[in-house]
Amino acid sequence: MRIPLSWLREYVDVPVDETPERIGERLVAVGLELEDIHVVGGGVTGPLVVARVLQIEELTGFKKPIRFCRVEVGAEHGHPDTPGERGIVCGARNFAEGDTVVVALPGAVLPGDFRIATRETYGKVSDGMICSERELGLGDDHDGIMVLPEGTAEIGVDAGPVIGLGDVVLDVAVTPDMGFCLSMRGVARELAHQYGVELRDPAALDDLPAPEPGTPHECAVEALDACSLFTLRTIVGFDPTAPSPYWMRRRLSMGGMRPVSLAVDVTNYVMLETGQPLHAFDLGKLQGPIVVRRARAGETLETLDHVERTLSDDDLLITDGRGPIGLAGTMGGLETEVDDATTAIALEAAHFTSSVVARMSRRHKLSSEASRRFERGVDTVLAPYASARAAALLLEHGGGRYVGMTGVEAPREPVTITMSAELPGRTAGIRIDRGTVVERLEAVGVALADPQAEPLVATAPTWRPDLTDPADLVEEVLRLGGYDAIPATLPRAQAGFGLTGPQRARRSAGRALAGAGYVEALSYPFVGQAELDALGLPADDRRRHQLLLANPLSDEQPGMRTTLLPGLLATLRRNVGRGQSDVALYEAGLVFHLREGQDPRGVTDPPRPSVDGRPSHDDLVALHALLPDQPLHVAVALAGSRTPGGWWGPSEPASWADAVEAARVVASSVGVALEVRKGAAPAPWHPGRVAELVVAGGVVGYAGELAPRVCEDAGLPKRTAAMELDLDAVIAAAGGPVSARGLSTFPVAKEDVALVVASDVAAADVQSTLAAGAGDLLESIRLFDVYTGEQVGEGRRSLAFALRFRAPDRTLTVDEVAAARDAAVAAAAEAHGAVQRA
Amino acid sequence: MSAPNKSFDPVEVAVLKPEAVDAAVADALAAIAAASDLDALKEVRLAHAGDRSPLALANREIGALPPQAKAEAGKRVGQARGRVREALETRQVELELERDERVLVEEAVDVTLPYDRRPAGARHPLTTLAERIEDVFVAMGWEIAEGPEVEAEWLNFDALNLGPDHPARTMQDTFFVGSEDSGVVLRTHTSPVQIRSMLDRPLPIYVACPGRVYRTDELDATHTPVFHQVEGLVVDEGITMADLKGTLDHFATAMFGPEARTRLRPSYFPFTEPSAELDLWFPQAKGGPRWIEWGGCGMVNPRVLRACGIDPDRYSGFAFGMGIERTLMFRHDVTDMRDMVEGDVRFTTQFGTEV
Repeated sequence: MRIPLSWLREYVDVPVDETPERIGERLVAVGLELEDIHVVGGGVTGPLVVARVLQIEELTGFKKPIRFCRVEVGAEHGHPDTPGERGIVCGARNFAEGDTVVVALPGAVLPGDFRIATRETYGKVSDGMICSERELGLGDDHDGIMVLPEGTAEIGVDAGPVIGLGDVVLDVAVTPDMGFCLSMRGVARELAHQYGVELRDPAALDDLPAPEPGTPHECAVEALDACSLFTLRTIVGFDPTAPSPYWMRRRLSMGGMRPVSLAVDVTNYVMLETGQPLHAFDLGKLQGPIVVRRARAGETLETLDHVERTLSDDDLLITDGRGPIGLAGTMGGLETEVDDATTAIALEAAHFTSSVVARMSRRHKLSSEASRRFERGVDTVLAPYASARAAALLLEHGGGRYVGMTGVEAPREPVTITMSAELPGRTAGIRIDRGTVVERLEAVGVALADPQAEPLVATAPTWRPDLTDPADLVEEVLRLGGYDAIPATLPRAQAGFGLTGPQRARRSAGRALAGAGYVEALSYPFVGQAELDALGLPADDRRRHQLLLANPLSDEQPGMRTTLLPGLLATLRRNVGRGQSDVALYEAGLVFHLREGQDPRGVTDPPRPSVDGRPSHDDLVALHALLPDQPLHVAVALAGSRTPGGWWGPSEPASWADAVEAARVVASSVGVALEVRKGAAPAPWHPGRVAELVVAGGVVGYAGELAPRVCEDAGLPKRTAAMELDLDAVIAAAGGPVSARGLSTFPVAKEDVALVVASDVAAADVQSTLAAGAGDLLESIRLFDVYTGEQVGEGRRSLAFALRFRAPDRTLTVDEVAAARDAAVAAAAEAHGAVQRA
Repeated sequence: MSAPNKSFDPVEVAVLKPEAVDAAVADALAAIAAASDLDALKEVRLAHAGDRSPLALANREIGALPPQAKAEAGKRVGQARGRVREALETRQVELELERDERVLVEEAVDVTLPYDRRPAGARHPLTTLAERIEDVFVAMGWEIAEGPEVEAEWLNFDALNLGPDHPARTMQDTFFVGSEDSGVVLRTHTSPVQIRSMLDRPLPIYVACPGRVYRTDELDATHTPVFHQVEGLVVDEGITMADLKGTLDHFATAMFGPEARTRLRPSYFPFTEPSAELDLWFPQAKGGPRWIEWGGCGMVNPRVLRACGIDPDRYSGFAFGMGIERTLMFRHDVTDMRDMVEGDVRFTTQFGTEV
């Protein structure tokens, strides 16, 4: 909402020495947001006068038509040779002899440091400039010369005040609860109580105009639930050529609206002034009485913006005998628009229910000045007052006769709110006495049945539909006193239990990965099928079953991620593209998995429990059933060198082993034993270089090198490696606190064994067999070497393990150790055909 | 020790003559002094104190002397060998010291050689900042609440006093899941976690809810469709707006230092009444201290309490929320939102693992 201060001061006596900035601060203090302070025609200095075009001489023989004008500029401003007159060369053609214009005299400076001086051009002496609005910085709607309506001002007077030069406009944003501040009237009311001065209410017309003889146009309302008040004033004998007064056009421009014609300008002007949207129909185009009703299926309406709209039975319409002629409170129809031949006007002013207009505006994606106001709530009784104001302006400037008003009004229940006078103070945490509470409530227009009663029984003013609850009144009392008056205290919280186990575990996992050299990325979770194609996921892969967005930012990525890999790999690619050849990334975030049987497009009739109390258990279960599974995953992706080459030796490329190690890092950081095994080999991994990650017997993820085809299709460096696992599942396996083992201080016995097995026998299997076979005396086992070569033969390899034995209660004998070792080797021989190497 | 036998002339054995013994000692001492390193000294030791050294050979001759002469000769040779041994020991210590010093010099390396075999990783500053915020509230006795990112519309809007036709609902540009009527959205704020807390937790409630949220904004220098918020919620008996201000001031000083403070301006949120915009006095702002918009807050709307089954006549509460990206931007001079989004390691590694 743009607030020209000169206009505002008509309704409220803001102290004359108050700066715009200070006024702006007051508005901010009561809850409006100040977006900008704009000075109209800022940058214009020097002599600017109202002038009249006396004579136009068309100059020919130039590339474009040029006029030389004799202009009357007033006795003081004329050229010494031509008293009261000047000659001015002008390229514009939208004015005629006799027109009133604004002339910048030599010495004037216009915005953009445009200096006006006497100069010779086109063979004439040009002694000033006839100005356009744009040149004066008033607006950029008009390319031509600004022609003032005749009689706007005396010739020769300073044009500045006439055209509103130097006027200050405050641009404020209005929150949805303060719809009444989408008007001069509302903003003036807020300043009135801020400065402790009276409000001159532009809508408080004592005497509505008396009709002259005639027949007002008929109207009826069939949907009183959506239209509680409808009025129609009829004006005949209107002069369609009458221009809007210049001051009105200026105010509309400053208020951000484009002047159109007198009838339209007056409705807009009164709307800016009072907040009541109005609509003028060309009475001559109406067919029969106006009826407000809901739309019928199949009806259409072409609105003023030349859009043909298909109507729904939830739309509220203004209709006449032929059908729809307007979307109630939103936009009028094209067919009944006033035009330059309109001599009779039906002026609509009504109150429409905010939710009805909000739905309509949303459905038709049509937000108008009227709908913005109705959505937020318009004064429920203002309509006839605002239309009286508009009728008076129409008659004053366009002539004609007012022949009466028809209307329909639903019975109105005033909103009463019962509130303890102590509630505002109790809410703020300070003492606010009853007198102050009463004073502030009354300042915003709240009526109190008895200021001394406890509790207070309050009636909200008709322009404040947002005031419905005691808390709303509390806010009024507190905001008028200023929030700065509230002190700062600290509540004493209940003793808490700190972070939960999973919360701490997630931090540990992140820190451990960062410590292992991975850099965290936070990718967007939007993924398209093309990215899943690039990963080579088969058609029936579960990760293709995405939850779909109704309104994705990009049609390329309409779904929610089912795996972290697409986003993480895109981030990897971006880093490589920016010149980082060695990249190791990790990400922890939610992925979204449709539950069994869940439709990716959701349901069509979701539960909507009442908000009047806690939803039932069944309702809550039904709400949760709408949602997909959303487990927390963690993933890494790495490419290039894991260890760069340096003076210490050559580089080590990132490999499948690093990806597996990352899984171990995550598991050990949260105290969970991870089993790495050769199992399923899902896309996008290299089938021969992917490990299945198992925790507590369940598969939680995979790690390894990506398939060469995937690297190529996804534009990734060769041999990119990745790991992804379900971090929730890993953390869940952590269980309770670790039960610590006692430490034996008896000597350790070390035994190394080298076993030759077939190449396709997994080392992890051999190790677990050895461990099981070695029995309780085994303290630890570690694979320390792998050998392939002639000595072990084709298709076989040697795995060397270091075994450590120790007893809790004695020093082991050589025989005991040998027996345990032999048992381990025997188990491996039995299970894997392992042969001990000599 | 007995007196020397005057009747025996030891000089008769040449090597035991005093001049010969003195000469052997002098030779030994000269050789010891001339030994320049431990290896040389080892040879000197062999030559002058070993079994074949002149003094050792002389010592053997003592046994052949008549008894009267033995004592004197034994004494002479013994003293001589002692002097040589002592000189050897002294020289040994000297040379070891020299060697040790030399080794330290010889083994010196260039410690400025870069050793970055495993380049450092880093956590995203949004993660670490969120954790830092969590820690501030945990230190106050609060707990950290969480909820899903794909959320029921009822929890994201309706329960927060944002009915289906509420104008504020169009202010928030919502991603709908499935269709606009599916009842499922990407949460537009972390406020549904407040609702979940009120539905699930016993009273009183002191929770902070950090998390990822979604709005349909295109990515540019100041907007991102996916961002992070932290909200706080307290519901207890006798909670006041002064408690809200005190909590916010404490939070501000925890994040921005002792000079930071907050200011409230009246505003509107359907889920709080009264509502306020939250400004932060930011002492370290580039270009000088100033007020900056930080977030929104207010007293929990009794309608919201009621929708969660909490008696608004007995309990009151406050809530607040702010963007973590925004907090990071001014706390760390980040000027382009895209830097936080794109995952460029050059951005993230600036922050290490703590902010």
